[in-house]
Amino acid sequence: MSLLSRTNRVTLVAGTIGLALVATACASTENKPSAGGGGSSTSAECAAFTKYGNHAGKTVSIYSSIRDTEADLFEQAWKPFAKCTGMKITYEGTGEFEAQIQVRADGGNPPDIAFFPQPGLLERFAKAGKLKPASAEVKKLFGEGWSPDWAKYSTVDGTFYGAPLGASVKSFVWYSPKMFKEKGWTVPTTWDELMTLTNTIAGSGVKPWCAGIESGDATGWPATDWVEDIMLREAGPEGYDDWVSHKLAFNDPKVVAAVDKVGAILKNEKFVNGGYGPVKSIASTAFQEGGVPITQGKCALHRQASFYANFWPEGTKVAEDGDVFAFYLPGNDPSKKPVLGAGEFVAAFTDRPEVQAVQAYLASAEFPAARMKLATYVTARKGVDPDLAQNPIDKLSMEMLQNPDTVFRFDGSDLMPAAVGAGTFWKGMTDWINGKDTKTVLDYIDASWPKS
Amino acid sequence: MDFDFAAEQPKLVQLLIGIAAFLVVVAVILLLVDRAPMRRRAWTHATILLLPAIVLLAIGLVVPAVRTTLLSFMSGDGMRWVGLDNYAWMFTQPEALTVLRNTLIWVLLVPLLVTSVGLLYAVLVDRTRFESLAKSLVFLPMAISFVGAGIIWRFVYAYRADDQDQIGLLNQLVVALGGEPRQWLQDPPLNTLFLIAVMVWIQAGFATVVLSAAIKGIPAEIVEAARLDGASPTQMFFRVTLPSIRSAVIVVLVTQSIGTLKLFDIVRTMTGGQFDTSVIANEMYNQAFRYGETGKGAALAVFLFALVTPIVIYQIRQRREVR
Repeated sequence: MSLLSRTNRVTLVAGTIGLALVATACASTENKPSAGGGGSSTSAECAAFTKYGNHAGKTVSIYSSIRDTEADLFEQAWKPFAKCTGMKITYEGTGEFEAQIQVRADGGNPPDIAFFPQPGLLERFAKAGKLKPASAEVKKLFGEGWSPDWAKYSTVDGTFYGAPLGASVKSFVWYSPKMFKEKGWTVPTTWDELMTLTNTIAGSGVKPWCAGIESGDATGWPATDWVEDIMLREAGPEGYDDWVSHKLAFNDPKVVAAVDKVGAILKNEKFVNGGYGPVKSIASTAFQEGGVPITQGKCALHRQASFYANFWPEGTKVAEDGDVFAFYLPGNDPSKKPVLGAGEFVAAFTDRPEVQAVQAYLASAEFPAARMKLATYVTARKGVDPDLAQNPIDKLSMEMLQNPDTVFRFDGSDLMPAAVGAGTFWKGMTDWINGKDTKTVLDYIDASWPKS
Repeated sequence: MDFDFAAEQPKLVQLLIGIAAFLVVVAVILLLVDRAPMRRRAWTHATILLLPAIVLLAIGLVVPAVRTTLLSFMSGDGMRWVGLDNYAWMFTQPEALTVLRNTLIWVLLVPLLVTSVGLLYAVLVDRTRFESLAKSLVFLPMAISFVGAGIIWRFVYAYRADDQDQIGLLNQLVVALGGEPRQWLQDPPLNTLFLIAVMVWIQAGFATVVLSAAIKGIPAEIVEAARLDGASPTQMFFRVTLPSIRSAVIVVLVTQSIGTLKLFDIVRTMTGGQFDTSVIANEMYNQAFRYGETGKGAALAVFLFALVTPIVIYQIRQRREVR
């Protein structure tokens, strides 16, 4: 007795062979280069790109945390480059970059290029031997475009992995010039003046500050930015560096003092949270909506980065005489203006020529210029005209970043090991807003610092 | 986004090759079985047919399990041996203990609540006129994914300041009754209970359907005999119904316990583990993939595995007994 009849057996075998043949037939067409690469055309439009070579039919994949409109703008900005060099750039943006890049790299399916928003994360991949060192061309471009401060963020054990892409300035306080004019308030230049102003506003019946730190997986980061800004002012750049590298314990009295200084504003029911409710509402308010009550007159001040210009309701005019504008978050000494900022770094998992060409193009002055012409964008690269900026805050940010006298420090949580910088620091600050006391939270963060 | 067929071609080809390979394997197995010697055929057949499953189990389950166990004794980057450090962290750090405590609350409450709600509902609607309608209503949430349910319930619990229009159902009710709106998901330990409510909402339908079927399976003679003996409804329930459907109740309890232990989606979509609501599976994901602390993540995974194992063993034994 057979499980299969003779005819069934024949059908099974024939069917299998047939399918296998179909599969191989398809496979043989796989390697045909796609038609119309058009890298040879030397029209005026393409003349600028000839130095990157011809990469007809090649594909470069880019993976990053930048999504939606901003992602479309990127694709629009590098389209001429891709067209003229004949390559195809596939871009994928994700809201889960930190976790997914790990999964993809471990799974043997890394992208060619990733935009790392956190030097700490980049370091982890570099140490694991997954990243390729930057080419000589990228190094040269970096040397002429950025101040040496920036090199350390993408240099691991003496190897340089990639140039920065976009940048943002975090040390801003957004306000409404109109409201300030009506009420006769003036922009403060020291911390004490800022606190006096805060009290004045609270006295006028308006909640002075509004804030929101909800950001999905990354909930808590805007609160860490507050602490970083204050640490940079209170401990000075060197103290800040010690704190970021854990030479200064996370629960050191200096850090406690800085966090409490932030708490004097964020944890004071009289000062927050304009338009949203009590202090706790900061933890459940999306950071994108954090500052919006300013436009409704429900609060007056909102500390957030230069890129917050993107989040104002449509039709809001960002200008010194407009609906909203920003001033520098003051410190104790008005003559010292350290700047806290952030940015992405273009690092590669492969070193094929076309991948290196894309890295070189992104490190050139042409890419940021092309991108800035489209919409709001900031780069720290020298040689890019700040006048290309789409709004006065972008322009101001670029001038600050390009100014050789500026003391710049990168966002601390992005530099710390991910367990702290993308984990306990964010989570700890969320718990802190939700009611936990400073000491408990800082002890918890300090205990989570990876031991090595 | 436009779908570029040409760009996806390699994947489609891989897919075809995969299907073809699968068919080849099946064909080879069937032919082998077919050709096997007649004597002691049962054994040969069983071996040949089981082989692919065993190989796949080894690749997909045994190897990762061993690797995870090894990783749990290593440092975050998987470079050094750290002995029991990761386990020590899990049972001493207050934050990790909160995670364990929450998982315990979940695993105690969810199976109990799901089973009792399901049982109550099944008994109440049994043999009533609107039974099928009532059962489909309670079964509907089963069709929604945990993530979807999480998002829906996040809106139910949404908070707006008391001078604004409430967008959350629960707070609107509170305001309508003259109360102050509350931030339901931000106050530990109550917030864990609000998350548990979501799971019960999803799973109660499953319990109802299984238990209702079991109730219908109780022989009519027994029910009639009990009635003739003058059993009150309460006596009926505790002396007749419950003992008769014991094995169905256990099936519901066991499946719910396992499902609850590995619960991840609801917590992740609704609070992301913030405000002391994290559970083991969520913390494991965070540690291993977001924080780059593979060791701690692996230790949590091993612990989770250890928790699930006795339940699985119990269920297998139970099945044998039933047979």
